[in-house]
Amino acid sequence: MARWLVRRLAQSAITFGVVVLLLFVLMRLAPGDPLSRLQDGRPMSPEEIAWTRKLYQVDRPMGEQLVSFLTGVGRGDLGNSIAYGLPVTTIIRNRLPATLLLGGTVLLLNFTLGLWLGVRQAVRRGSREDRWLTTLSLAGYAIPSFWLGLVLAWAVGVKLRWLPPGGMTNPLLSADAGPAALALDVAAHLILPALTLSAVTIAGTMRYQRSAMLEVLRLPYIVTARAKGARESAVTWRHAWRNALFPVVTLFGLWLPLLVTGSVFVETVFVWPGLGSLAAGAVGARDYPLLMGTSLLAAGLVIAATLLTDVAYSLLDPRVRYS
Amino acid sequence: MTALAEALRAAWRDPRGRTGAILLALIAGIALIGPALLPDPALQVDPVGAANLPPGPGHWLGSDALSRDVLSRVVSGARVSLAVSLVAVLLSVTLGAMVGLVSGYLGGAVDAGLMRLVDAALAIPRLFLLLLVLAAAERLALPVLILVIGTTGWFGTARLVRAEVLRLREEAYVRAAEALGAERRRVIFRHLLPNTLGPLLVAATLGIGDVILLEAGLSFLGLGVQPPTPSWGGMILDAKPVLVAAPWAGIFPGLAIVVTVLSANLFGDALRDAVDPRGA
Repeated sequence: MARWLVRRLAQSAITFGVVVLLLFVLMRLAPGDPLSRLQDGRPMSPEEIAWTRKLYQVDRPMGEQLVSFLTGVGRGDLGNSIAYGLPVTTIIRNRLPATLLLGGTVLLLNFTLGLWLGVRQAVRRGSREDRWLTTLSLAGYAIPSFWLGLVLAWAVGVKLRWLPPGGMTNPLLSADAGPAALALDVAAHLILPALTLSAVTIAGTMRYQRSAMLEVLRLPYIVTARAKGARESAVTWRHAWRNALFPVVTLFGLWLPLLVTGSVFVETVFVWPGLGSLAAGAVGARDYPLLMGTSLLAAGLVIAATLLTDVAYSLLDPRVRYS
Repeated sequence: MTALAEALRAAWRDPRGRTGAILLALIAGIALIGPALLPDPALQVDPVGAANLPPGPGHWLGSDALSRDVLSRVVSGARVSLAVSLVAVLLSVTLGAMVGLVSGYLGGAVDAGLMRLVDAALAIPRLFLLLLVLAAAERLALPVLILVIGTTGWFGTARLVRAEVLRLREEAYVRAAEALGAERRRVIFRHLLPNTLGPLLVAATLGIGDVILLEAGLSFLGLGVQPPTPSWGGMILDAKPVLVAAPWAGIFPGLAIVVTVLSANLFGDALRDAVDPRGA
């Protein structure tokens, strides 16, 4: 077990190392200079250009740039943002809470509602409800998140005026409104983006839960449980679901990229002040250090999530072999 | 090859597969001949200046903020979306198959190196890979966009094919071919490749939906298909500031995306169940 754990850790570290290299190469392979946008609308003198190039270190040889980038990442320093003029890590730290709130809410929705629906589908396999839910979840996969967000913001936010169409807080709400009123305000702003992001990602949880559940339901011990006279709800939840839950949870690492990608679009549409809208904004401004920082964070999260679920799985399910 | 034909037949017998296939054929047909039949050239700005007209005679899906006919643009957008996704998927599936075959069959250091690269590339969400490459480009020509999308989508396929090859490599007929002195290339292309076509076809079909969504998303961020070429994502981007005045200009291209991607995924799902009946 210990040896397996060490190997698995080393593997994750190597993957992260390759990610860092890959991102650097991609950024430098890309046509165009990272600083080409600086001159948009404001011509710069040659001295200014040289000074800026020196500031962002793009005047040095490629190998030297790579070394300084790598040592920077090692120290937790991702450089300075071109558009904001602040350290990338500071900006990311400021934007992180909003993304965690949105992503956490969506995960909670997917792992409660999604799992529950998946189990229902498996139990009623082949029924009209099962077929409708399958079609609906497939449709969710086919909907562009930014379009669903725009339509919801337009219909619910602008036409019906039920919920705020964008932002995270109401700027007109006075600061001394009290914590309950402030929390309620954020919650109201959270509903539409969370629903949008959940609608386009929940299908994965539902489908895997359904097939994992079907797999378990055909095992002999389920027949035994029924033969002993256990109630059907007990068979479903106590006997079957317990064994059908882990396979679904371990796919967490697979779904995370979907969630991260979706948050770029959903946060942009709803002007949610998180990391997704930050990354989208960094593209427009050609803010390479910021784009690198957010990409690195996204990849790091995916690697960490995969590692964590692997370890959790092997700890919780003794049938898993360490090989 | 017969197994592949059998899988296609089974997918056609599946109601989901048949619905998806018929819808896809319909959309492809519209994309091919539709632009020729529609009176309004999609790119031409209506000289009368009829901006943001609601759906009705003359503009069956309304007109946008620049007085352009939404229906014509949705139909032309289908052509762009389908062309981009087909070529990009073909490219990424070919690349994935090549890397998977070589990696799985040769093994050793080549395999280890390639798989570390694949692991890392799969950890970075594909959108971020694309953002990094596309952010630098000023105005990207369509073929370059297709190339970039195609070359960022092969990592999953490579891993899939490699796993198949690792299994097939031990089969008696592969061993026999090697014992008879068949060259590596012959073993790879004559014996291994045909047996991975099933999973490859599934990956390609499901990849089409992914790429349509990805292209639409990139165009919505202003990084994909460049105006004036009509694309569904670009139309939604154009409609965003005037959504209150002309919701149809944004709603219809989105519906086109949903129907197309759903059709591709329905067919892909049925095909997957036909190729690999577990989990159906």
